[in-house]
Amino acid sequence: MPEKLNLNRVAMPKQEPKMRAGNFNEVALGYQAEDALAEARRCIQCKKRSCTQGCPVGVDIPEFILALRENKMSEAVKILKGKNALPGICGRVCPQETQCEEVCALGKKGAPIAIGRLERYVADWELAQPASSKPKPEIAPPTGKKVMVVGSGPAGLTAAADMAKRGHKVTIREALHVAGGVLMYGIPEFRMPKRIVQAEVDYVKSLGVEIKLDSVIGKIATVDEILADGYDAVFLGTGAGLPMFLRIPGENYNGIYSANEFLTRVNLMKAYLFPEYDTPLRVGKRVAVIGGGNVAMDAARCSVRLGAQEVYIVYRRSRTEMPARREEVENAEEEGVIFKFLTNPEKFYGDEKGWVKTMECVEMELGEPDASGRRSPVVKKGSEFKMDVDTVVVALGTTPNPLVPTTTKGLDTTKKGTVVADEASGKTTKSGVWAGGDVVTGSATVISAMGAAKRAVASMDAFLKGQ
Amino acid sequence: MYQIVTREDLTPEIHLFEIMAPDVAKKAQAGQFVVIRADDRGERIPLTIADWNRQKGTVTVVFMEVGKTTRKLATLKAGESIANFAGPLGLPTHIDKYGTVVCVAGGFAIATIVPIARAMKEAGNKVVSIMGFRNKNLMFWEDRLRQFSDELIVTTDDGSYGRKGVVTIPLKELLESGKEKVGLVVAIGPTVMMKFSSLTTQPFGVKTIVSLNPIMVDGTGMCGVCRVSIGGVTKFTCVDGPDFDAHKVDWDELMARQRTYLDEEKRSLELWKQSCSCGGKT
Repeated sequence: MPEKLNLNRVAMPKQEPKMRAGNFNEVALGYQAEDALAEARRCIQCKKRSCTQGCPVGVDIPEFILALRENKMSEAVKILKGKNALPGICGRVCPQETQCEEVCALGKKGAPIAIGRLERYVADWELAQPASSKPKPEIAPPTGKKVMVVGSGPAGLTAAADMAKRGHKVTIREALHVAGGVLMYGIPEFRMPKRIVQAEVDYVKSLGVEIKLDSVIGKIATVDEILADGYDAVFLGTGAGLPMFLRIPGENYNGIYSANEFLTRVNLMKAYLFPEYDTPLRVGKRVAVIGGGNVAMDAARCSVRLGAQEVYIVYRRSRTEMPARREEVENAEEEGVIFKFLTNPEKFYGDEKGWVKTMECVEMELGEPDASGRRSPVVKKGSEFKMDVDTVVVALGTTPNPLVPTTTKGLDTTKKGTVVADEASGKTTKSGVWAGGDVVTGSATVISAMGAAKRAVASMDAFLKGQ
Repeated sequence: MYQIVTREDLTPEIHLFEIMAPDVAKKAQAGQFVVIRADDRGERIPLTIADWNRQKGTVTVVFMEVGKTTRKLATLKAGESIANFAGPLGLPTHIDKYGTVVCVAGGFAIATIVPIARAMKEAGNKVVSIMGFRNKNLMFWEDRLRQFSDELIVTTDDGSYGRKGVVTIPLKELLESGKEKVGLVVAIGPTVMMKFSSLTTQPFGVKTIVSLNPIMVDGTGMCGVCRVSIGGVTKFTCVDGPDFDAHKVDWDELMARQRTYLDEEKRSLELWKQSCSCGGKT
């Protein structure tokens, strides 16, 4: 090719910070056709295929990019969906910079191919096509085996889609009133539009998967009862739904939310449209979000959009240790979120009506690396100070909901409450039961949950066919 | 969608729905609750389970018209449906042989007490029940509770029926008289009534259980809005309760948390009333 290799990626058009701070519309607007083609042309189609190896679900990345730049869009969709049932979701929320893009050959000299953006472009293109023209997925003839998937988040949807494609009869049981799990209740509209999640859920249904909502497994039925009821295998994709709190004095004052509550009210219940929707959420003028992950960024950016005047991210380590994606941190900064690093809350004070009004903090400094490999924060003596706040969101992470593990005999869990499962196969300690995603790892990413579900599918399928 | 099989108006503002929900009916036990949504824009609210019919596959809930959601529910007729109905949630009331169990119900919580009184009776306890209402017109289910009670005392605030006064008066008398060796008191009703029932039994050292009713969203342990302090430890009402040891509850914290959205609830209700008067169902 005579053209000189462009070392810079094609920029992603975004809503301007001032504008987007006042709405819940998607921030990243997506490539236009010419952007996508220009970016796809940068791919050198190297033989190493490191990108595919860097992808937890093994998408044939060079192939779909090639199809895209040859304008064979249906082919690109087919290649993508061959490995990934939820490309519209992954294209938006995967941490590509630490996966496929990190190992891209172009990364040595310049910017790696924007694989996530291209994936999103292909997925959005398909979504815009009329239903009749969409490529029909190939489904194997019925095996006569029944599979129950518990939870309809990223792991559950992936396991259900892939098992259905293999000819098994799949039912999903979801506790909430909509399918999608964390994609619906956790990730805000401006980062993960709900119509995209809905479309991907519809795709999974089109494979013959039945989704039953309002079904709290552990309450309406135990896993043993499901197995006794004629199901040949059960996949647990129940996620990590239990919020962690700081466990410091005053944490139950009004105005202090878990990130789960805050985001569920905003995203699942649409509190940002109150009173048109019935669920309220009270966000004050000065908001402190405790934590440094993507969930903390989401809560802070929601607060900005809900009219808070000052929004702080309070994090006990420094910028380098923050687990949030850099892109999300930048977006938050552009929207005016203020970062207070090396700061840890110690106590809350409330007013006479029981609302939080002050947060006492200490400054931290970084000591020796801890178990996570990050330098651990140590309290700086005598550094106490107070911050006036009227809203606090605690975003420290989540642990698995114990409802299923505690009602399932023979299902081993760890001290952290996660379900014990073999990494390669997703097999749990209970025969006929597999698990994958956050319920096994604790809170992690959408794509790692999907990768775990795919490995479990291979094992479940082999088990069912060997029966 | 979950169909309302029968609707009964227990008083002008308290209604009973028997709802088709076979999954929930199969497992429901006394003391548990459901989380419902009236329609697609609705909020999730908890309602305690008043009864169930496993064969028919139905679950009975009783609610009082208070805010927008309960008023919206009250416009629905038998044959119509509500959007969502999830349960049975929370831990069932611990049923055991205590000897004499005193069941105290304030207002429409009698609907919650009846299945508990029934289970306590079936477990071989002597059941003494006290039910209190503001006035005679708000009363219902006296006969039902009587059916599972060895003794029943009715109070009304204004004296229009039964004894004049609040439930804590006969409760205190009963404990003071010493004629019953009370093994357990179950007190369910408005938070203030539960708090004062708790204060009444505390000096007598009688184990007392209350069923707490904080704000909830998911009802499955996910959001933590229903957190309460029990003996200084934070618990989630939806998964650790709703029943707790009354003497360990931080009542003031609970009451403050219940008031979180008072303004929003008022606004929501006002807007709904306005939209209703110009062509709504009520």
